[in-house]
Amino acid sequence: MSIYLDEGLPQPVADELDQPFWQGLKNGVICLQRCKACQKFQWGPEWICHRCHGDDLEFSEVAKTGKIYSYERVWHPVHPALSAQGPYLIVLVEMAEADNVRLVGNLLGNPHDEVTIGSNVEAVFEHHEAGDASFTLLQWQCTS
Amino acid sequence: MDRTLRGKVAIAGVGETDYYKRGEAPEAEFKLALSAIIDACKDAGISPTDIDGFASFSNDRSDPSRLAAALGCKELRFANMQWGGGGGGGSGAIGNAAAAINAGLADCVVVFRALAQGQFGRFGQGPRRNTIRGAMAHTVPYGLMSPAQMFAMKVVRFMHDHKVDQSALRAVSLAAYHHAQNNPRAVMNGRPLDADKYDASRWIVEPFHLYDCCLENDGAAAMILVSAERAAEFDHKPAYLLGSVAGSHYRAGATVHNEPLYATSTFTTLAPRLYEMAGVGANDVDVLQSYENFTGGVLMSLVEHGFCEPEACNDFFTAERFIAPTGDLPLNTSGGNLAECYMHGLGLIVEAVRQIRGTSTNQISDVDVSMVISGPMVTPVSSCIFGSEATL
Repeated sequence: MSIYLDEGLPQPVADELDQPFWQGLKNGVICLQRCKACQKFQWGPEWICHRCHGDDLEFSEVAKTGKIYSYERVWHPVHPALSAQGPYLIVLVEMAEADNVRLVGNLLGNPHDEVTIGSNVEAVFEHHEAGDASFTLLQWQCTS
Repeated sequence: MDRTLRGKVAIAGVGETDYYKRGEAPEAEFKLALSAIIDACKDAGISPTDIDGFASFSNDRSDPSRLAAALGCKELRFANMQWGGGGGGGSGAIGNAAAAINAGLADCVVVFRALAQGQFGRFGQGPRRNTIRGAMAHTVPYGLMSPAQMFAMKVVRFMHDHKVDQSALRAVSLAAYHHAQNNPRAVMNGRPLDADKYDASRWIVEPFHLYDCCLENDGAAAMILVSAERAAEFDHKPAYLLGSVAGSHYRAGATVHNEPLYATSTFTTLAPRLYEMAGVGANDVDVLQSYENFTGGVLMSLVEHGFCEPEACNDFFTAERFIAPTGDLPLNTSGGNLAECYMHGLGLIVEAVRQIRGTSTNQISDVDVSMVISGPMVTPVSSCIFGSEATL
């Protein structure tokens, strides 16, 4: 399994708020927080629904597609693990089928390519094997 | 009862230490704070023992009770931190100090900021842990961890939405460096910048070149606030606070870049309130200090404070417009965070006051309205307006 960024960055660990999201990624699905009362999504996860203030929240599977809302091409390495990385792309993806919540990821492919806001992207699940500490990152690639 | 700070408070004194490169301050951070405060008291002509309140921001480490003990203050009546937002809080600290004086909680409040990064570690550096949890788990593993990276996507989206060119960002940088050449205290004094050098400079994260990013400095600054009635006691021409705002818009604190209004400096709800309190509009502003963590933040700050329409940025953002003394909107007249020093914006507030007093190294003639926009793109942000006596 190829990974986009060089090894050595801090590895994500689930907490009480977002555990179903990280578990979902390991299973190749995107599950985002939704209020059972309002049936609306919110992200990043909160303890209560920001709309109705209820605390009956669930994680619900969403489509593995989105649109590029914004992006940035990083050149300066801000972590020793990235000292040999070269430029890389960070992308902010808007999920139309989840009330337009946004997810941060990397945009796979040539980091020098031009990026177009509004492009359609699809999810790529980047599995990192590390025994008990295995985790999956949610990456993106252009489909249009 | 009149719910306003307009004309209630004046700046009696300002003080600054020298500004050093990050990590190179020769003194402890707490000593820097004391030096700046003592300097401000000298400027005001008061004894430090008369200070009865301290207001700061950006999680400043110099504890008010410790400062009061070190200075021998007679009593402590106000100990306040503008909560959150880092450098977004500078004008907020001014507003908090002013509100305390106006409400009778304290009489002589110092707003200060001190920073010695060598002693405590680099401000804004990415985490060095092996694992990460919470909201940052959704950004750091993707290589998004520094302030420049946290803000660049907002600026990319804004520039996309309104077809803004790189030249607009460059204009902010060129103006700051130009002003620094006249300011002997500026870190970049003697190191001018031209368009070619800017264009050739390395990318940090697009659209920020090296010269679009603020400096990193050690040092301290302080300002003494008193009620407006006392202004006549002090030697310097008083700078009166006309307006102050701090805060943010709906769900600006949503995590993982989910704030509904995204391509913003966070001033859309605040700027109208600021002008309402101050009783002036953007057209009345004689000189502007606008916090450059990154030039892209200044771009959106000026639009959101009504200085130009978003579609007009390419025409509006020129070095000629921003350069003192001839420009229409002199900007960051001591060199700003890009070229004078980075004291999380308190240096900008000191310069705004100097412009009212007539003591800036890039002085604009007949300044009546002098404005500061503090740290953009965070939450909470803040901005404030000072006025000469003629504005009261």
